Amino acid sequence: MSARRIFAQPARYAAIAPYLWMVLFFLVPFGFVLKISLSQTAIAQPPYLPVFDLAEGWAAITAAFSQLSLDNFGLLASDSLYLSSYLRSVVVAVISTLMLLVIGYPIAYGMARLPQRWQPIAMMLVIVPFWTSFLIRIYAWINILQHDGLLNKVLLALHVVSAPVVWLSTDTAMYIGIVYSYLPFMILPLYATLSKLDASLLEAAADLGASPRRAFWLVTFPLSLPGVGAGALLCFIPILGEFVIPDLLAGSGSMMIGQTLWLEFFTNKDWPVAAAAAIALLVLLVPPLVLYDRMQRRQLGGAN
Amino acid sequence: MVRQVNRMSPFNVTSLVLGLAFLYLPIVILVIYSFNASRLVTVWGGWSLRWYFEFFNDRAMLDAAWMSLRVAAVSATIATLLGTLAAVGLARGERFRGRALFSGMLYAPLVMPEVISGLSLLLLFVALNAERGFWTVTIAHTTLTMCFVTVVVQSRLASLDRSLEEAAMDLGCNPVQAFIRVTLPLIVPAIAAGWMLAFTLSLDDVVIASFTTGPGSATLPIRIYSEVRLGVKPEINAICTMVIALIAVVIVIASLASKLSSTQGKSAAPL
Repeated sequence: MSARRIFAQPARYAAIAPYLWMVLFFLVPFGFVLKISLSQTAIAQPPYLPVFDLAEGWAAITAAFSQLSLDNFGLLASDSLYLSSYLRSVVVAVISTLMLLVIGYPIAYGMARLPQRWQPIAMMLVIVPFWTSFLIRIYAWINILQHDGLLNKVLLALHVVSAPVVWLSTDTAMYIGIVYSYLPFMILPLYATLSKLDASLLEAAADLGASPRRAFWLVTFPLSLPGVGAGALLCFIPILGEFVIPDLLAGSGSMMIGQTLWLEFFTNKDWPVAAAAAIALLVLLVPPLVLYDRMQRRQLGGAN
Repeated sequence: MVRQVNRMSPFNVTSLVLGLAFLYLPIVILVIYSFNASRLVTVWGGWSLRWYFEFFNDRAMLDAAWMSLRVAAVSATIATLLGTLAAVGLARGERFRGRALFSGMLYAPLVMPEVISGLSLLLLFVALNAERGFWTVTIAHTTLTMCFVTVVVQSRLASLDRSLEEAAMDLGCNPVQAFIRVTLPLIVPAIAAGWMLAFTLSLDDVVIASFTTGPGSATLPIRIYSEVRLGVKPEINAICTMVIALIAVVIVIASLASKLSSTQGKSAAPL
């Protein structure tokens, strides 16, 4: 016990460097986002007002503070461009998560029913594509989905379609890209719960006369719900803030909030509005994060 | 206890095979087409290495690749150092003031959308009047990836038998010696896995790098990204294939290393 206490002291010193790093490069920048979201757009370098000038002393700082306003958030709430991108983020995340669940569940279920010694191999096979670059995986799909790409060739050869289908710059392409990129996030938590299921429960169900299908819906599926919840949130949360996939695969018609932020920042050079959009996106993330945290806690509580 | 019955139904087999095909086919197709002799990406013109030669003659792409490798190596190394220290502080520091804030700051970037991380760091660099380029991207990537390293190393530390450290101290080691001689060798596989994760994450990132880099210092993903927006080019297939090969080599080396150290200790890297 005392050895443990002796160890704690230098361990705390070890935390000093990463602590300072995170304060400087995570906490402070975050404060800048908050502050600039309350500033006004200006044609200047940097393009916002007021700019704090510490050299001018306290009076200048308080004067600058008094110029801060919630105008940018008012703009976000009143302009239909922002409202629709906010809404679209939620809709895309919900639809993608449902698709991931429907596609991922049978795969995870198949993995869990593999003979024991094959299961680690199957898990490796699911994890490895996750290590391959995200951008490369999206690019691979652009290869396949383009006008004279492989998909259209196959469909034409099989006479499923008579003329090439436009896949790129559509929502279909975007959903394919999202499902493809996030599938491991859905499969792994599902597999983790499904592989721990007690097989004797299914035997009991069979002994009591349940058909395999009935046993699945009455026993397996309800018991896998923690995995369903974890997988769904692990996909839903990052998809909300997704930028690269919709930007490369979806059409330019409607945007997700991450794309709006990017556009405001890089194209319109409206930093304050981009910062306000960032805050809005964070607010959107809070409910699913709280839910996830609560679920994890309940899981831990149930295990003890 | 363990009943070994093969309970695979045809449905299970089909969904597994289709699922794995879905995961791997696009990558396989990409790799095959990178060896295509034809300029048209969709017409097969026989096997050829010409797009690889094309890449090695493309000055801008080479510069970007070199920039990316440097950023990935440096940021992964700093991130591994800081992340391991953070993990030690969290796993062994017991209670200390500001602990909740510390772990919060380390977990938040894991779920923070990249557009927000990128934007916030850029605003900091602008406020500091820092010249944007290699170091700003490296700092940004370090900040993100050290959180992943912390999670990997911390979970390893949490599963370690602490009586080993206590025994070392009972035998006269001071805490630092006990850590270096006993704990560190046991967590090396996790540290290696953390470095690898940090390296690949950095090599992969396009959003944060786009925010934090300056003119003339684009990373490889930024270059690929801007080319991809203009359409498919066979040269990009070749570059992507090389990146996949590089990551594969890193994974193989790391898993060999962790297997080697797990025959000495008895632990394996978590990933």
